[in-house]
Amino acid sequence: MLSVNRYKCCYCGACVSVCPTCSLELVETWIEVSQGCKECGICTKICPVGALEVKA
Amino acid sequence: MKYDVLVVGAGPAGSMAAKTLAEAGLSVVMLEKRQEIGDPVRCAEAVSKRGLKDLVEVDPRWIAADLKGSRVFSPDGASIVLSEEQSGGKTGYVLERKIFDRTLAMEAACAGAEVMVKTRAQGLLKRDGKICGVSAIRSGDTFQIEAPLVIGADGIESKVGRWAGIDTTLKPKDISTCAQFLVKDESIDSNYCEFYFGNKIAPGAYAWIFPKGEKVANVGLGVLGSRSSGIGEPLRLLQEFMKSHLPKGKVVEMDVGGVPVAPQLEAMTTDGVMLVGDAAHQSDPLTGGGIITGMTAGVIAGEVAADAISRGDVKRASLRDYEDRWKEPNGNKLQRHYDLKEFFIGLTDEDLNNLLHSLTNEDTVKMDLRDMLKSLLKLNPKLLWGLRHVIF
Repeated sequence: MLSVNRYKCCYCGACVSVCPTCSLELVETWIEVSQGCKECGICTKICPVGALEVKA
Repeated sequence: MKYDVLVVGAGPAGSMAAKTLAEAGLSVVMLEKRQEIGDPVRCAEAVSKRGLKDLVEVDPRWIAADLKGSRVFSPDGASIVLSEEQSGGKTGYVLERKIFDRTLAMEAACAGAEVMVKTRAQGLLKRDGKICGVSAIRSGDTFQIEAPLVIGADGIESKVGRWAGIDTTLKPKDISTCAQFLVKDESIDSNYCEFYFGNKIAPGAYAWIFPKGEKVANVGLGVLGSRSSGIGEPLRLLQEFMKSHLPKGKVVEMDVGGVPVAPQLEAMTTDGVMLVGDAAHQSDPLTGGGIITGMTAGVIAGEVAADAISRGDVKRASLRDYEDRWKEPNGNKLQRHYDLKEFFIGLTDEDLNNLLHSLTNEDTVKMDLRDMLKSLLKLNPKLLWGLRHVIF
């Protein structure tokens, strides 16, 4: 499952731009992950601060 | 609520589009999902003076620094100086985006556009298969806003295009992921923008020190998404850069964000929808600059949208004029810059050192980015053989 560390997240939206299934949304100061997430992990490498992680 | 045109996003591209439309006498609403326009910043804030002066009247309240030129560093620490105004349109002024963005939104509002903050578009409304507005949410309340034409100026995380069937998803190799600190340090030269290249410093991109006044600067770096080898790579590399270049620097702000360094989109419009700015991947793939390009596109989109509304035809064929006017000269230039970026990211640190050293006996002070690339090509035909077909 994709987890967002909201203590690290700087809500820049970079992860949203690379999501191939359009499953992320930046809502003011947090990231929402929707059902469509395939846990591909692309966003975890794009996040400038390492706030995203795919956890088993 | 009913308008002629609805703009999603109140960055520079959205505000210029809204202002252009309002000045043409159309009813226009601009939604901004944040509660504050312009904050938090996701930008290194440098713009070319000429580019800015062509678009707006320059106001000293949002100029943080007025530059003399740029210094470019190779991985081994050697450097050259390029002249003011002439560094690929990337230097000139360093802006205070928090004030700049807000001022542009106010200008749009004063021209007659309605601005709604803390209001997020959630999806497009359709009637008989035609786009007729957006569903929005403000402070927890969902409501509908009707408009036959929607301009997506919703930044790198754009949804408007994807909702309308334009795939704006960025590939990792086409996004530069960046971290930046606002730093106070005695060593900062307030007259020059500095660019640092190297595969260890900033893989597939560069590090920058852009002054914002007396001994204060935006210090940041980008990493090409496909070169990001670990979790939180940009921030980790920025901390290393600070240690090696500004060990005593005092950090008073942190900014992060992604920059499209992508090829031109095949379509920037569809029936009832236009995209501008980062949402349309209009930032320069070589420099990462996107303020002037986004504002330019905002103005063109506003003019074309006003025409389309007056004709009562918002089909793609009617909006295509925007794409044609964008393409020459802007789109074609950015596509060439994409080709250059694709070539330069393949160079080793040794190649980069050799390129910069080849310029040390040249009169670089009078050069702009284009002149510099031409000189590099002349001086390094073998190394830059792959660029022989690229027209500068």
